Amino acid sequence: MKQRFLEVSVGLFVLLGIAALFYLAIQVSNIAEYRDRDTYEVLAYFDNIGGLKVRAPITVSGVRVGRVADIAYDPERFQARVTLAIQSAHDHLPADTQASIFTAGLLGEQYIGLEPGGDFEMLQAGDEMLFTQSALVLENMIGRFLTNMSAD
Amino acid sequence: MMDFLAGLGRAGLGWFAVLGRASMFLARVLLSQDAVLRRFSLTVAELYSVGVRSLLIIVVSGLFVGMVLGYQGYITLVNFGAAEALGGVVALSLVRELGPVVTALLFAGRAGSALTAEIGLMKATEQLSAMEMMAVDPYRRVFAPRFFAGFVSMPLLAALFSAVGVVGGYLVGVGLLGVDSGSYFSQMQAVTDWREDVVSGVIKSVVFGFVVTWIAVFQGFDAEPTSEGISRATTQTVVVSALAVLGLDFILTGLMFGDL
Repeated sequence: MKQRFLEVSVGLFVLLGIAALFYLAIQVSNIAEYRDRDTYEVLAYFDNIGGLKVRAPITVSGVRVGRVADIAYDPERFQARVTLAIQSAHDHLPADTQASIFTAGLLGEQYIGLEPGGDFEMLQAGDEMLFTQSALVLENMIGRFLTNMSAD
Repeated sequence: MMDFLAGLGRAGLGWFAVLGRASMFLARVLLSQDAVLRRFSLTVAELYSVGVRSLLIIVVSGLFVGMVLGYQGYITLVNFGAAEALGGVVALSLVRELGPVVTALLFAGRAGSALTAEIGLMKATEQLSAMEMMAVDPYRRVFAPRFFAGFVSMPLLAALFSAVGVVGGYLVGVGLLGVDSGSYFSQMQAVTDWREDVVSGVIKSVVFGFVVTWIAVFQGFDAEPTSEGISRATTQTVVVSALAVLGLDFILTGLMFGDL
């Protein structure tokens, strides 16, 4: 009887611990994103990526369609090469889609917004995006503003 | 002056000796782990006394830590108009740091000290020698199941602590302070990464479980077989475990999140 009680309570304990892990996985973390591994990658070159980070979201019209897979500096083009991983469900983006780096809110994190163009050809895996717009760097804007002020 | 230097040297050598004994002890305990499955009823009994009986303190502390996090996070965030980010703050601090660390500290106090006292008393009353006389290997019979139970219980308890803490933060943040329920969880999922945050936390708790149980069982085994020696060993378990957990946490955090 005593042994039975021990076994049942230990079983419940282990079950509870595993249930807690499941809860952390499903309710607390973003494990859902690991499920849709089906992505295709396209490249985009930016003059300045600002504070963009790997895993930053990629959106079309504000809807999240993928994430930044990799950021590297291309020494031949003197530009930042950003690899975008876009969900395969969204493979109908025109080839002349523009990629811009935006900031969520005034001080929020940076993300890539895609604006579909009008081309009849679609973006394929490994393609390079033709049109990109760099991040707005606050210091540059202030500098330009000051020069304009002094010119007046 | 020379006495002081000699004392220093003796203390240092003593430390090395303890570390050496502890490592040899650990190696023998790990080699005896096959006994865990062979005498499973012993292991179940240890899982009960180490894991199940720590449940209450872990769940209650987790709930309160989560509630305090909800409060403090809200007070700070509301100044920036970012109260909606509360879920992320609560979940990240729990999953990455507080879950594994506080659980390990509580575990050392609740289960580790009990392990040390139990084994120390076994040694003082010569039960361990008696077992050896009867050709029962105390490593397989006493140490291996206890070590295994502590090692397995710790990650489960830490996961439970974090999960209950998230609920505690929800109760205060959403229930009392009026953060939107949907944004509490969506913010949480937006910033908490499964592999980098949750799995790192679980790895931490596995390491802490290993170290705390090792210290506890070894301190009992190494205790001076007197009532004073047992009390000293029990104190040592809690102190050394706490220091080891906090020090290791710094190193592990640096390794896991250092490149961010």
